[in-house]
Amino acid sequence: MTNKLLRSAGVLTALALALTACGGAKVGDAEKPAASGKACGTVNLTVSPWVGYEANAAVVAYVATKELGCKVVKKNLKEEIAWQGFSTGEVDANLENWGHEDLKKKYITDQKVAVEAGSTGVKGVIGWYVAPWMVAKYPDLKDWRNLNKYASLFKTSESGGKGQLLDGDPSYVTYDEALVKNLKLDYKVVQSGSETSLIQAFRQSEAQKKPLLAYFYEPQWLFDELKLVKIDLPPYKAGCDAVPEKIACDYPPYDLDKIVSKKFADSGSPAYELVKNFNWTNADQNVVAKYIAEDKLTPDAAAEKWVKDNRAKVDGWLGK
Amino acid sequence: MASITGSVEIRVRKPRRAVIAGVLLVGWVAAWFVLSGIDTLTIGGQETTALHRWLTEHRDFLGSGNVVLDAIRIAVDHLVVLLQNVLSQPAYGRPVPVVGWLGVVAVAAYLAWAFGNWKVALLAAAGLTFVGMQGLWQETMDTLSLTIAAVALSLLVGIPLGIWAGLSNRAFKVATLILDLMQTLPTFVYLAPLTLFFAIGPAAATIATLIYAAPPVVRLTAHAIRSVPAESVEAARSLGSTRGQTLMKVLLPMSRSTVVVGINQTIMAALSMVTVAALIDAPGLGQTVLKALQTLDVGVAFNAGLAIVVIAIVLDRVTTAAGDRPWRTASVRRRVLLGAGGVAALVAVWFSRTYVWAAEFPTGASIGSSIAVAASDVTTWVQDVFGGFTYGVRDAVTEGILNPLEGLLTESPWWLVTVVIVALAALLGSWRGAVPAAVCLGLLVATGVWHDSMVTLASTLLATVVVVAVGIVLGVWTGRNQRADSWLRPILDAGQTMPPFVYLVPFLALFGTSRFTAIAAAVVFAVPVTTKIVADGIRAVPVATVEAANSVGSSSWQVISKVQLPVARRAITLAVNQGLIYVLSMVVVGGLVGAGALGYDVAAGFAQSELYGKGLAAGLAIVLLGVMLDRITQAAAKRTRKFS
Repeated sequence: MTNKLLRSAGVLTALALALTACGGAKVGDAEKPAASGKACGTVNLTVSPWVGYEANAAVVAYVATKELGCKVVKKNLKEEIAWQGFSTGEVDANLENWGHEDLKKKYITDQKVAVEAGSTGVKGVIGWYVAPWMVAKYPDLKDWRNLNKYASLFKTSESGGKGQLLDGDPSYVTYDEALVKNLKLDYKVVQSGSETSLIQAFRQSEAQKKPLLAYFYEPQWLFDELKLVKIDLPPYKAGCDAVPEKIACDYPPYDLDKIVSKKFADSGSPAYELVKNFNWTNADQNVVAKYIAEDKLTPDAAAEKWVKDNRAKVDGWLGK
Repeated sequence: MASITGSVEIRVRKPRRAVIAGVLLVGWVAAWFVLSGIDTLTIGGQETTALHRWLTEHRDFLGSGNVVLDAIRIAVDHLVVLLQNVLSQPAYGRPVPVVGWLGVVAVAAYLAWAFGNWKVALLAAAGLTFVGMQGLWQETMDTLSLTIAAVALSLLVGIPLGIWAGLSNRAFKVATLILDLMQTLPTFVYLAPLTLFFAIGPAAATIATLIYAAPPVVRLTAHAIRSVPAESVEAARSLGSTRGQTLMKVLLPMSRSTVVVGINQTIMAALSMVTVAALIDAPGLGQTVLKALQTLDVGVAFNAGLAIVVIAIVLDRVTTAAGDRPWRTASVRRRVLLGAGGVAALVAVWFSRTYVWAAEFPTGASIGSSIAVAASDVTTWVQDVFGGFTYGVRDAVTEGILNPLEGLLTESPWWLVTVVIVALAALLGSWRGAVPAAVCLGLLVATGVWHDSMVTLASTLLATVVVVAVGIVLGVWTGRNQRADSWLRPILDAGQTMPPFVYLVPFLALFGTSRFTAIAAAVVFAVPVTTKIVADGIRAVPVATVEAANSVGSSSWQVISKVQLPVARRAITLAVNQGLIYVLSMVVVGGLVGAGALGYDVAAGFAQSELYGKGLAAGLAIVLLGVMLDRITQAAAKRTRKFS
């Protein structure tokens, strides 16, 4: 019974396929090879796991592909793994590096497999942030000297009776534990373990008016949705972060830069020139990040939109 | 007679042990009041020990440039790329893969039919079409390519190893130890070193998946071979069969169905590695999930997670059917039909190579975005409705149970904890429990992450208790009730294969960043396996035994507690054991949502070069905890069996 059914079903399907198929377009009909990328070749771009970086990568990849005819291979990697890629030849360029002096020493100075390729123009800010409603309600919270006054407000099930300072992904640059100790704050650093946890915590803090003090950073796409407020720590002065255990000042301003593999830098590829000249602002990056994160455009479409609106900048990178 | 004396023995011994254990615990709490805070071996987040620094310094030692490793990498890379060319990526100068979606669906359905039955063939076709309609065809095919490669290699390595471990007692012992290590070692721990050996990309991802996915097939193959009745082997031998003939004609055919269960579990494990392997640029659905996580887009993450679950269910049902069906002895009629079906599948492949509509999945029918929107809406609704309540539950459990337990473990001197645990192990499992416990605890001290290990142990114990309680209840229910089983099974499959990253965001919303969130995630992940094994054990209780109990007028409760549970005791031990291992394997994921401790150490070692050695030590500590708890439960099970 079932076999018979199956057989007739099979025959019917085959017939139906044969009938519908005849009118369809054939594979390869519309095939027109794009501008061949012989002059440029393949560029391996690492993509670190935050949207701001993805915005950099989207625009550089778009320009390299469309204007220089390169083949761009994006590799989604955590920062540390990406640095390893310089030595194995699997990564050509990192478009947004946050400090990482130890890695620079290892791969640029010692192993000589990577070189610096200048600033991306994006300014990085690290610090302690609270949701906007908190500053509206407690205006003096913005000054670190008042943090102890509000410590009990920030108590959670994880902070052991003290106020909670939530930290993020383990790969981030932080010396919060030293800061808490040296500024004599009645707080405990609790590791959330991921950026996802931080963002979720801030969203909830604003929506449910739950007190939250956490490590965060700019540029970040979340600022388009939620204007977080930075707490004023004792201002940064050159050298005040020299001894990690004794730090009692704010985080330094970061000039985010680009790192490329030595091989790529010496290759004479026009893509290297593009990466070296690539330079834009926090506002530029935020716009593209917003296209990707909130408007749900594909990275390519987001890049196309921005490039159309900022032709002059792109021409500058290309040396036109 | 024997059973009577046995039960008398139990009646005499049981209270005494319980009393000793009680005295021990009371003594511990008393000692804790006096000694708390001494010798706790606490170390700060950025602090490292000499061992950690040594491990960090020697990480590059083995690195790349090794001829053998390069050969392996290139071979694996070629295999994956070949599969991708066939299934997912534009290849050989064509704008589409070699086989388009119609061809894949047709071939999959045909294979499902040939090895299983027409029902699973229908399921395979429907499942694949569904993921296509989700708008995830290419990502799914990438995932499938990687899974096929990893599973094929796992079987290539695993089945011979399993046969060897099945035939030789010594090989069995060594294999068990190594397999324990492979299954409990957090994937994050070997992900970073693997990229040193095998570079970034599909090859390293495949090998990482293989390490995680191979153990089940080895274990179950060995188990199957060892379970073949001795009489059958002897009969073959007496008829003059050589060793090889006995293996091919008796042992392997008789263990086929269990080996298929092993293959099935290997496939499930491979699929659950997909999201983790995405961290070293494995292509496919894992990337979609991770990308969605960056913007906390629960809907999109769920959509991709659902595709993984659908594929898992299809593969599970097809392999299960293949295990049940004696497909090697097909009738002539069926062979003719199979031939015709094969031709039809080939025709479909031809279509999918020739016409665009059959090559690229039509985008018009996409239901992915509606699934994403619905998932986000449900999540938001759950968060709004239960939000306040869940925080209360979290605080109650944390204050009432977790903090005291953790305090007792972390604030007692390390030597006191060691003495108490070894004594408890001896009490539960005599020397078989005590010796491994002592060794593991000693090594834990040596890893330099003792304090973090105790924090993790507290959460693990609490999570495992919940897992076992829920697993036994659900397992007994589904084991006794066929309908409950068929309703619950897809949900259990989903719990096992849905990437934890997908439900992390809603859990964070419900419980905040806390140890409780990690416990909740571990429970979701570990309950399915416990339930499945318990149900299997309950079903295996001979019908005659249950009927005998029913005939003397026992209530259902009595049948369960006096007959089914005791008879299924071995299965329950295995269920507790696997529940524990699954909980431990979630520790690292817990570290990403605020559980800190070992999970955070491992993740930090993955992310920061100067903490590499500490992360490795923390990974080993997780394994040591796993081995210790496993050996104690096994020994306890062995001892109780002796007395009943």
